[in-house]
Amino acid sequence: MITPSPAPKSRFREKTTRVLHELVRIFFGNARSAFGTSVLLFFIAFGLLGPFIFPYSTEIDVGAQLLRPSFEHPFGTDLWGRDVFRQIVAGTSDVLSIAFLSALFSVSIAMVLGMLAGMVGGIFDKIMLFITNVFLTIPSLPVFLILAALFTVDNPVTFAMILSIFSWAGMCRAIRAQIISLKERDFIQICRVMKMSNGHVIFKELLPNVGSYILINFIIVMKNAITGSVGLMLLGVASFEPTNWGAILTTAKNNGALINPNSYMWLFAPILCIAVFQLGVILLSKGLDDTFNPRLRVM
Amino acid sequence: MSRLKYLLRRIGMFFYKFRFFFMKLGIALLTLAAVVILSFILIVNMPGTVIDAFAMQLSVERRISLEQAYILAKQMLNYDPDAPILERFSVYLGQLLQGNLGISVKNNAKSVNLILRELLPRTLFVSSIALTVSFLFGTAVGSRTIWRRNSFGAKTLDGYIVVSNAVPDYIVALVFITVFAFRLGWFPNQGAYNALLEPGFNIIFILSLLYFAFLPISAHVFSQMSFWSMQMQGSALGVLGEDYINAARARGLPEKLIVRRYLKRNAMLPLVTQLAISFGVMFGGAPLMESIFNYPGIGQAFSQAIGERDYYVVQGILLFVSVIVIGVNLVADTIYSLIDPRIRRSA
Repeated sequence: MITPSPAPKSRFREKTTRVLHELVRIFFGNARSAFGTSVLLFFIAFGLLGPFIFPYSTEIDVGAQLLRPSFEHPFGTDLWGRDVFRQIVAGTSDVLSIAFLSALFSVSIAMVLGMLAGMVGGIFDKIMLFITNVFLTIPSLPVFLILAALFTVDNPVTFAMILSIFSWAGMCRAIRAQIISLKERDFIQICRVMKMSNGHVIFKELLPNVGSYILINFIIVMKNAITGSVGLMLLGVASFEPTNWGAILTTAKNNGALINPNSYMWLFAPILCIAVFQLGVILLSKGLDDTFNPRLRVM
Repeated sequence: MSRLKYLLRRIGMFFYKFRFFFMKLGIALLTLAAVVILSFILIVNMPGTVIDAFAMQLSVERRISLEQAYILAKQMLNYDPDAPILERFSVYLGQLLQGNLGISVKNNAKSVNLILRELLPRTLFVSSIALTVSFLFGTAVGSRTIWRRNSFGAKTLDGYIVVSNAVPDYIVALVFITVFAFRLGWFPNQGAYNALLEPGFNIIFILSLLYFAFLPISAHVFSQMSFWSMQMQGSALGVLGEDYINAARARGLPEKLIVRRYLKRNAMLPLVTQLAISFGVMFGGAPLMESIFNYPGIGQAFSQAIGERDYYVVQGILLFVSVIVIGVNLVADTIYSLIDPRIRRSA
């Protein structure tokens, strides 16, 4: 005999499947975002599980210096006979956490300040506009360099903070502009007339409307954070985990990998990883843009 | 009396008419002030050992006692770590207003002004050529691909745009120098010109300059072109929907003419301000690019100064580059609002 399942559970299940469907639609909705999501998930899995499957030891093996790629060493070995592939695996979580934290910091700053400036307006808005202008005008890499020299950068959190100091400004300005234009729309005006609370207006009406923009920018900031962090490591101002992709690249560059054909794989393995990751992230942001702003499809 | 009133009114009208410009000027000056404060903070946070080391070096070089050298060092740097902070700031500001950016504490007390005069032209040379070339090619590619969106060529170019957007410029630089300089040996891997040549304004020397700058410029162009194409695509997409494009099509104008006169010109307008931002980005990226190519420009001097903890050179270069970038931004904004009067309202 079939007993009807209890109602709350089925409703819960219905809701979860709906949310799952929605997520799949957003992240796998078109070819570009599907590719981007797969790359991102692949690297996340790589970072979480990789170190257990391919443990990395820093032991120096003089007999195995600068080996060409083989089945045992897919990316060859470095100057000290250590497996490059395992170094890359070990560094993945590091790279990802810098990117993620940096995106988290700058998106939070931009969201709070941008929404405040848009909502409050007046003199506060003017001051915010000026501050964002300053941050957008000053060349960022030199200031990164200075900050990295002033503070010792030795963990992902400090690194992400330094990187996010400059990446929030453009986003903040865009969010502010969107909030200001949204504020004049009918549905917000109606909320005002109906005397709905500010919390309701912000969280239930405004945030969902800028949500897609914030999500896309989160991804773009992640990309920029990786570009910035590897750049800083190449200049040698950020001493960091030796397995970080940027650190591998820097070590390879400083040890003659540019000249010695035997060590090309040592140099190009981190480059390849960075490029594939960035490509995935860009395609994901473009795919999401297509999904959320379908005007391109119509034309 | 009425004449004076009229004159005053005309002056007022002038200020009112160009208020967008004065607003921008004010913001630029405030930004400049922020940069000055930032570089002063850098000097204040300089560890005391920097001056001690400088004094030590002076005492060895000039054969004077350490105390004398310390006083001399403070005089040469125009900086007294024991003075109250406001006094230090006013001294610092006075030096800046006289156009004195300080001296290097490492490199034989060479003045920052001299370093800038020697090295800035090279960086300007590379970045201005790279910017012009990538802007012209990038906008052409962008408008062409958006016009024939579904052709094979446009799809291939789209692929290039996405890929080169994914790869940071310094990675392009690393690949270029490995392949073209070290592996194939087609281009030099360091320097700005052939050391055997006498610097002068003649054709051989200029060719040598271009030859040595070729790899840095092409690395810049490779990664910047996709940026311009993408910007152009976004801007052109908006223009495509305009009525005047449809009207031009309806009148049976040749496609080439529509792309060149109607699409490209209108879509390029918003990119003028981007040009200034891109100039700033290029200057900001110079430390990395130049140290990869061993190109002796202002960027390499900057990253070297950071490595040596040469604080005065760092603040001097940062300040000067920021002034250039702020100035270029101001000019671009002004030009843009002169070309496109709609902007003046919103400014």
